[in-house]
Amino acid sequence: MINLLILPIIIPLFTAILLIFLTKYIVLQRWISGLSMIGTISASIILIQTVHTDGIQTLNLGSWPAPFGITLVSDMLSALLVATSSIIAFCCLIYSFRSIGEGREKFYYYSVFQFLLVGINGAFTTGDIFNLFVFFEVMLMSSYVLMVIGGTKIQLRESIKYILVNVISSALFVITVAYLYSVIGSLNMADISRKITEINQPGIVTVIAILFLIVFGLKGAIFPLYFWLPGSYYAPPAPIMALFGALLTKVGVYSILRTYTLFFYHDTGYTHQILMVLAILTILAGIIGAIAYEDIKKIIIYNIIIAVGIITFGISVMTEESLTGSVFYLIHDMLLKAAMFLLIGIIIAITGTSRLSNISGMIKRYPLLGWMFFLASLSLAGIPPFSGFVGKLLLVKSGFAAGHYIGAAVVLMSSLFVLYSVMKIFINGFWGVPKEFPNEGKVPVYMLLAPAGLLIAIGITYGIGAEFVHSYISQAAEVLKNPALYIDAVLKE
Amino acid sequence: MKKNDVILQTVTNVVVFMIFLFSLQVFFSGHYHPGGGFIGGLMTSGAIVLLLLAYDIKTVSKIIPIDYKLLIGIGLFFAVATGAGSLLFNVPFLTHAFSHFDLPILGETSLHTAVLFDTGVYLVVIGVTMTIIQTIGEGE
Repeated sequence: MINLLILPIIIPLFTAILLIFLTKYIVLQRWISGLSMIGTISASIILIQTVHTDGIQTLNLGSWPAPFGITLVSDMLSALLVATSSIIAFCCLIYSFRSIGEGREKFYYYSVFQFLLVGINGAFTTGDIFNLFVFFEVMLMSSYVLMVIGGTKIQLRESIKYILVNVISSALFVITVAYLYSVIGSLNMADISRKITEINQPGIVTVIAILFLIVFGLKGAIFPLYFWLPGSYYAPPAPIMALFGALLTKVGVYSILRTYTLFFYHDTGYTHQILMVLAILTILAGIIGAIAYEDIKKIIIYNIIIAVGIITFGISVMTEESLTGSVFYLIHDMLLKAAMFLLIGIIIAITGTSRLSNISGMIKRYPLLGWMFFLASLSLAGIPPFSGFVGKLLLVKSGFAAGHYIGAAVVLMSSLFVLYSVMKIFINGFWGVPKEFPNEGKVPVYMLLAPAGLLIAIGITYGIGAEFVHSYISQAAEVLKNPALYIDAVLKE
Repeated sequence: MKKNDVILQTVTNVVVFMIFLFSLQVFFSGHYHPGGGFIGGLMTSGAIVLLLLAYDIKTVSKIIPIDYKLLIGIGLFFAVATGAGSLLFNVPFLTHAFSHFDLPILGETSLHTAVLFDTGVYLVVIGVTMTIIQTIGEGE
């Protein structure tokens, strides 16, 4: 079926539309959104297998040939990311059933949830730069609603900041696309790449490259542009926070990855140097935040920033090994960050606070929660049998091999601080003298632990089965390293 | 003292139909002339807004008993289903088809599935505009 690669976009879209009619019937909404999510996951897994056996899949929407219509392109990277984000969205959805509350559920929560997935899957799949903008907006508008839904004071305040920053960055995105279009005269990504090669990346294209870095840096929270993230992600409830933390910034990182490997790879001495400096500073800024705070939400939020820095460092090194490492780490981080947010969501639900000094001795009554948090922490820091290890190993190795000693050393060091920051939560929160917590017994702990457990299980399988996964990841990195493969698949030359 | 809006209301009764007809004209001419679903929908909701100005929200919702939030859903469904219809014929998503038909009164007419897509846009625009205006109007 030639429309296979659009199914992960169409299925949630139809579901979102259907759920508009069913806002009053909560149980029905849950069933429909759950089942459709399973459909999306199956479609994306079939897609991965198809890409693995038959190479890059393309679909010219409306049957218009490649540079003239909108082309959807599914190479291994986007297929993997679509599958990962669908799985994460499924887990967050299951978690929402028992935690989000009836008021929100009756107010189009599940519908908007599906629209968010449409935007994310679309942004990963599209092969057209303006269509990428449109899917960004689909994603962002759903995220505005999810951020403000419920209407508590902190949500209102933070969503104003969040919307303001994103409106500005979207305007900058449009301006940048306009510059690119006036220089190149095309919007199809493969065609743009071919034409930039023809004119051999003059200075103006390098300027556009930096503008794209600013735009996607604002979306993906790299060093001087991450200022909005800690406050905004602090506001919404746990499942939404998990969804944002795991997926939204990663779409920005994916866009940097795509544009810097497909468009702007001719003058790497300048653009990728800047990217590397920013990546290192991003890691440092994240580390400072992660060890400074005594608030468990803030600690995990700053861990997002560290991960963004690590992945962009891999992009800036631009060898096949470092790109493999980046992709490997990207998928690992999406899975584990979501799990981490879901776990601290449970902790906050039980204790009613996110201040670390008010929590202690939870391991006595919640051993499963404690040990799962422990596993997730080790995995996040990259302790060998778990999933964070392989990606970081490849990144550090390729960094040293390419002579970027400072960057590689910072990546290596960051593990230590990540481990310190999450162990701080574990040691202070789970060990020590048990305290009385206000919501004890009222929280359906096992129901909420199931989706987090699923994510951690997938994460651990991903780490232990690295040999098996590697064949897929290296296929993704191969396309990133040789843009000709992508261009040939789209333009059919 | 109660205001008397008899002039406004009488003029509105006439003008609303003109605006509505013009919006339909703009909507259907979209393929060959300036116009289309977006401007058509906006103008139709303009007609309804004029009604809202002349009368109050309760009266207007009695005249046009539509839940505009559902209209958004219906419109989206139209647009996406038109695109997804091509899945049944195993051609790429959003592939449109058109043909010439000999209709009884209109004579030879070309009908294009893009009109169905545009109908979706039209309904969504009306739905969104009216939902925004009504919720702000009803909000305290």
